[in-house]
Amino acid sequence: MAHEMIPGAQALLRVFEEENVDVLFGYPGGSVIPIYDALYDSTIKSVLPRHEQGAAHAADGYARATGKVGVVMATSGPGACNLVTGLATAYLDSVPIVAITGQVKTNLVGTDSFQEADVTGITIPVTKHNYLVKEPYQIERFADLVREAFYLARTGRPGPVLIDLPFDVSAGCVPWTERNIEALDGYEEAAVPDEADIDRAADMIEAAERPVMMIGGGVVTAGAHSEIIEFANKCNIAVVHTLMAKGCFPESHELSMGMPGMHGMAYASYAIQHSDLLIVIGARFDDRITGDLSRFAPDAKVIHIDIDPAEIDKVRTANIGIAADARTATRALIQAVSARDRGAWEDTLLKFKRDHELAYTDDDELMAPQLVVQKLHEVTGGNAIVTTEVGQNQMWAAQYYPLEEPRKWCTSGGLGTMGYGHPAAIGAQFGRPDELVVDIAGDGSIQMNMQELTTGTIHELPYKIIILNNSFLGMVRQWQDMFFDKRYSGVDLTGNPDFVKLAEAHGAVGLRCGDRDRIVETLEQAMEVDDRPVMVDFAVSKEENVFPMIPAGQSFENLMECPMAEKSSSA
Amino acid sequence: MEMPRTISVLVKNRPRVLARVAGLFARRGFNIDSLAVSTTESEGISRMTVATTADAPTLSQIAKQVSKLHDVVDVIDHTDLKVVERELCLIKVIVDRGQRGELISLCDVFRGDIVDIGNGSVMVQLVGDTDKIDAFVELLADYEIVEMVRSGKIVLDRGAQKE
Ligand SMILES: Cc1ncc(C[n+]2csc(CCOP(=O)(O)OP(=O)(O)O)c2C)c(N)n1
Repeated sequence: MAHEMIPGAQALLRVFEEENVDVLFGYPGGSVIPIYDALYDSTIKSVLPRHEQGAAHAADGYARATGKVGVVMATSGPGACNLVTGLATAYLDSVPIVAITGQVKTNLVGTDSFQEADVTGITIPVTKHNYLVKEPYQIERFADLVREAFYLARTGRPGPVLIDLPFDVSAGCVPWTERNIEALDGYEEAAVPDEADIDRAADMIEAAERPVMMIGGGVVTAGAHSEIIEFANKCNIAVVHTLMAKGCFPESHELSMGMPGMHGMAYASYAIQHSDLLIVIGARFDDRITGDLSRFAPDAKVIHIDIDPAEIDKVRTANIGIAADARTATRALIQAVSARDRGAWEDTLLKFKRDHELAYTDDDELMAPQLVVQKLHEVTGGNAIVTTEVGQNQMWAAQYYPLEEPRKWCTSGGLGTMGYGHPAAIGAQFGRPDELVVDIAGDGSIQMNMQELTTGTIHELPYKIIILNNSFLGMVRQWQDMFFDKRYSGVDLTGNPDFVKLAEAHGAVGLRCGDRDRIVETLEQAMEVDDRPVMVDFAVSKEENVFPMIPAGQSFENLMECPMAEKSSSA
Repeated sequence: MEMPRTISVLVKNRPRVLARVAGLFARRGFNIDSLAVSTTESEGISRMTVATTADAPTLSQIAKQVSKLHDVVDVIDHTDLKVVERELCLIKVIVDRGQRGELISLCDVFRGDIVDIGNGSVMVQLVGDTDKIDAFVELLADYEIVEMVRSGKIVLDRGAQKE
């Protein structure tokens, strides 16, 4: 059958429409002009960030906040190279993104022509898959290739997929073929858990005296939060969450044992250490969780459920490994497991919680950063979508802004990308225009993608940036403080710009607060603005450290809680 | 236990597929002892035979990671299977006339072939499993080896079944 021939750029946008893409974050250049030309007549909203890195993180924030695939576009060479950090960020956190990059004309590929970079080569390690569309077999099935990119990005363990499109492919004609997802290359039925494995797991859970469930980002991806709550409630099992799963299990729930790991709640780490069974769902035993692996949860058997078979036994050998979707598997477990009484263990957990509460002191001349986050939680009713930068700000956000729902948390967990939070807030705000979006930032990180304030202003996005300004690259300073004899090297941010003026120069609102008694008032003022971004500069205690802390490569035996607070509570 | 092991990776014959597989090995710190790539009985499918030295969990991790690549169709771990394993080796050695006879009888024992005789040198072709070739090369230590090339091993499981 002869197919309708249409320009590659139009075929691309038609597939975008099929995929319900409503917004695209992209930056033009010579090789993507044909696509921009097609966008001129399209209903898809094209957002122009001020840097391609911003575009990539915005697509990522959009994807995390909505559960849909984020779309980003850049031109060949420098534009595409600027996406790399954003792709790596999304790759390590399994976020579905489709990235379109322009490429030089097919006959020039491989000749070092102007603005040519080997983008498929560069991005192999940071994408789930990528395509350089230039072979006839690819052009003939171009529409399917784009559908396949979306399919791969969002299914299984999600991740970024990149399509590198030479100018002459987007400008030239391709056949328009009908959509048939099941015929796509790589199409797979979702893996269902093996019944026998579920039964064995159920027996193991019933036999356990001190079980703990640890949930990770896979639970967000699978939309399994309701199932996790039901499972925990039914079997009375305490739940710890990794940084990636924050909000998946309501943090106010009595069974919530918080976040374990390097800067997690001490009681979460103690729960894991004393458990005899870890039920790990959609988490991957990152070293920030485990520390010294040989001393991690030494008495625990492990049931590991993950959609990616390669995660099972990768770090910690599982007694039962179940390669399946978190939601399907949890549902099966709910059916299979019966509740039982574990009074002693519950008491132990309660005691851990009581004895090892998060603590900090607010006795510096400048306000404690934790206090700002707590007040933010109060003022926003805990309902904001929170994005974070990286460093101490990120950890304080995780500790002091408890969340009750999934997809309200966008943080660069795996890569730890400073500069992520601001563009991610923009993406989240586009995806969920009616919700309050807040970027909890450090004064260092915020300067990495500051330029995107313009994007926020132009689109009248009312997100808030809360800078916990300690005039330091705080997290690095903390390590130098604790492990390098306070030899502060390369971390002093004295000479920071005037953030209020900077906000104003971008057409946003800038506010400043240096007085702990004015935190709430300042935040309320920020919340009143509804037609542009607000950046609030909080002058916080300069040398505050994040506690608890388990130093890298160590274990819960080396866990340090806030020294000052301990003293005052024991007094 | 860390020991030599072999996996076969069946891939779609697409641009960059070798880079994807080899890059994955490099990125995850897996060692490649030898690598042979060729076409197969199926059109559009290539077969990579990867020899590595690893323990069982590491190999299983390699296999699982490689399986995730979109262009990979199948991964076969040959560790516990009955296989036929072959490698081809070409060796050029310096021999004077007096040594030729000795070398020829050595070749006979190993069923090697003399495939070229030049001025003062001889090229031997040997086919066999890796151990046999290693043993032969060791015996040639008495001669001066000018150049040597090995194809890397290829492996098929025994029996009528397709893997
Ligand atoms: C792009 C990037 N560069 C460097 C780092 C290393 N790094 C981790 S935390 C940190 C300090 C962050 O400082 P700031 O944004 O001021 O936040 P704070 O820790 O003070 O809250 C640095 C430099 C990083 N994570 N990302």
